[in-house]
Amino acid sequence: MGLKELMNKGSGTDPKLVYDYDPDSNQPFVTTSLDFLVNWGRANSLWPMPFGTACCAIEFMASAASHFDLARFGMERMSFSPRQSDVLICAGRVPFKLAPVIRRIYQQMPQPKWVISMGACASTGGMFDSYAVVQGIDTIIPVDVYVPGCPPRPEGLIYGIMMLQKKVREERMSNESIRDEMMPDPLSQLYIPASRIDELSEPFGNSVHQTRSAP
Amino acid sequence: MSSDLETQDHGAPTFAIVMPGQPGDNPTTPKNVPHKGGAVNPSVDDLRVKFGAAIGRHEVGWGETTVYVERTKVREICAWLQSDPSQSYEYLSDVTAVEYRDQVRPIEVVWHIRSLKFRRFLRLKVELPKDGKTPLDVPSVWPVWKGADWLERECYDMFGITFAEHPDLRRILLWEQYKEGFPLRKDFPLRGRFSRAEQLKNALAADPEARYSMEEISVLEAFTDLPADMRKRLGGGEKVGE
Repeated sequence: MGLKELMNKGSGTDPKLVYDYDPDSNQPFVTTSLDFLVNWGRANSLWPMPFGTACCAIEFMASAASHFDLARFGMERMSFSPRQSDVLICAGRVPFKLAPVIRRIYQQMPQPKWVISMGACASTGGMFDSYAVVQGIDTIIPVDVYVPGCPPRPEGLIYGIMMLQKKVREERMSNESIRDEMMPDPLSQLYIPASRIDELSEPFGNSVHQTRSAP
Repeated sequence: MSSDLETQDHGAPTFAIVMPGQPGDNPTTPKNVPHKGGAVNPSVDDLRVKFGAAIGRHEVGWGETTVYVERTKVREICAWLQSDPSQSYEYLSDVTAVEYRDQVRPIEVVWHIRSLKFRRFLRLKVELPKDGKTPLDVPSVWPVWKGADWLERECYDMFGITFAEHPDLRRILLWEQYKEGFPLRKDFPLRGRFSRAEQLKNALAADPEARYSMEEISVLEAFTDLPADMRKRLGGGEKVGE
């Protein structure tokens, strides 16, 4: 059985869908796995949704500008609409007042979607261990890559983006669980247990001395 | 910098009170101002003549005059300072409050006002004793300076001081459903009163759209989703602020 017959046989019922390949034409072709092809496309065209709230956003803008040129990574299109974006880059501290906003933005993003937490404040609350600041956005939404720094240099962010690209390349369609939407508990709106949030938000370092109030 | 300022004796800095368009009206920028003492803003004497016992002590620090006034007379005093042609304090630059880390020292409410015409700066203060009996309540100066609207809302938000007859006194920086108290009070713990999980739960449970006024979202369908007090406030369709 020649190649033409093989392709016709595997095409199902609709003959129009068959790619009419003539083995005698000597046209070159490549075979690959679908995972590789899809991940190659996804990893090299991640459209960021910038969620810049503080000084990290300045570094993010520098990364996007000509000197560091995020366009090299297929990220030249900043998507200021969550519906058209793939990766949420949270650059800066998130106060509690913004917590429902960033959650809403994340929920509006279509799958597949990823999150980069840029800088100390977005990752842990940083130096802002106060009544108003979320102690790490991973208590609100799942995070894929944490970029340390205060703020991180553009090289740091780019390294984080390359780590995310590596993660995207290693995804397999056969693993259906990676596209599961994490639904928060309808009662508490939390998606991880309250005890773990308290544990993650424990004061550390100099923060433990900050609890004083009036005598 | 005018040259005659350089030659002045800086032991007693002078208040340059001049009328625009008259000779010698170059803006003077006092240098070497003493920490305590110095020339008193002449408005203080005018206030004493006009309001008598309602005006308390005054002090001068870094060339700026602070005068303590009676709580109930604040609006009357401010209205006079704003409208009287000899004062013309047309600009309210700040309304805030101070609480000291001291159990007896009273909470102070502070107004910073400025007369552009006479280049005067005056700081009014009202003392609210922390005896548990005095309400943290002062008259709103919104009828005098419309700019007081958000300043007083911020002061209410952070200190819990209420401004009587303010047209729309509600939280401005924190969200309206915030239950933990007033963050700049000295008895407020830095991390807030609730646990982190509780804070996050409260923050996430609220509907983001419901935080904004009808004017801001301009979606009539959202009206029924608003909190009850906000529905009441916006219910008549009339604008309550200015």
